[in-house]
Amino acid sequence: MPIARPTSLDDAVAVLADDPAADVLAGGTDAMVEISFDHRRPRHVLALRRIDELRQVTTTSLGVRIGAMVTYGQIERDHATLLPGLAMASRTVGSPQIRNAGTIGGNLGTASPAGDALPWLLAMDAEVELASVRGTRRLPVAAFVTGPKRTARADDELIVAVHVPAMEGPQHTAKLGPRNAMVISVACTAVVLDTAARQVRIGMGAVGPTPLRAPDAEAAAAEAIDWDALRADGTAIAAFGQACAAAASPIDDHRSTAEYRRHAVGVLASRSLTRCLAA
Amino acid sequence: MTDHDATPDLTGPDLSESYALSINGRDREVADAWLGESLLYVLRERLGLPGSKNACEQGECGSCSVMMDGLLVNSCCVLAADAVDADVRTVEGLAPDGTLTDVQQAFLDAGAVQCGFCIPGLIVSVHDLLDRAPQPDELEVREAISGNLCRCTGYGRILQAVQDVAAARTAADAQEDRP
Repeated sequence: MPIARPTSLDDAVAVLADDPAADVLAGGTDAMVEISFDHRRPRHVLALRRIDELRQVTTTSLGVRIGAMVTYGQIERDHATLLPGLAMASRTVGSPQIRNAGTIGGNLGTASPAGDALPWLLAMDAEVELASVRGTRRLPVAAFVTGPKRTARADDELIVAVHVPAMEGPQHTAKLGPRNAMVISVACTAVVLDTAARQVRIGMGAVGPTPLRAPDAEAAAAEAIDWDALRADGTAIAAFGQACAAAASPIDDHRSTAEYRRHAVGVLASRSLTRCLAA
Repeated sequence: MTDHDATPDLTGPDLSESYALSINGRDREVADAWLGESLLYVLRERLGLPGSKNACEQGECGSCSVMMDGLLVNSCCVLAADAVDADVRTVEGLAPDGTLTDVQQAFLDAGAVQCGFCIPGLIVSVHDLLDRAPQPDELEVREAISGNLCRCTGYGRILQAVQDVAAARTAADAQEDRP
């Protein structure tokens, strides 16, 4: 059967067990471009659109489980209070048309270094839930994304959800590109302040083969912040940006230069931290 | 931008897919299609609905915008064979043949149409916006059409046309509410 249109997760993983080479189709915003430009010729498609359980956002005491087929548009419209950083990042993705189609699971599956949801998921220590007929497993985003457009997903596994731990504290995301819409990030950041644990966490996108954390910058900023007042002085905020820039590993390509990306990610890191503290 | 193969694939794709789509409220049969065809391709080349335009084929320009299950999407980024069971509305379905919607008329009146290629996509996006937000401010309009590229107009008259429709609809509603 050239296209499988299952309505249950069990049926979907059974399709992949039978044919691990099947093309998994989520929102189509990456896959259809590859097909239209003849970079991919689908022989067997597994379409996920009809599986309701992949479209749910559910909350538990531990956090939030975001189904793989939840779109950026859903996050932006319906879950901005629950997932503020992800909603901010979602609003910067493509256009309304792209946000109505593109999915969080698809962003993880494509694993582009510039994937807009990934820095926030990394900063939140989110975990990817994978399912196959062999069972389910969870991997931290940092272990799941292994390189540019490479992941730890086995061929017979489906990304079914991403788990985000509950966290108190302000969040901010920033993205740099030639305009406010329809751009692939030149650099992007997601900063979250875990006020309970008194930790600063940053995810940086488009400045390395995978989204990156900046552990030294995070630790120094956590020391510098007055956690009771949620304030830090300008020197500490600037130092955070410099340390994040130093932790980046950018390249030259047709969208920007390594030098500019390193500078930009430092500016965005300082800005995101400033906005978190002002919030 | 398109990468052309040095040697054409003379075997061609396997044209074996058959399915039914719901387009503008009508069931349309698609027979002997290739699995990888986009909804845009099927609309234009198989179903005789050329209103959705083909410019970029990569979700960048919005010229192929359609409504799918009530959501604005780029039809070039929808696999046609996966649009089975969905309610697809194209620009052709907005008004009866030979008539214009209020948005289309406002674009003409405001001089918002130059070459016209992007206009069907913009019309679908603007209808979607005004259905959701009857009185949008300029930022809302700009964000709503941020995925529809126009290379002629500079957008000024398009923004004006949207505000003209919003004002006319508000005035008409006020008229209706009068005792």
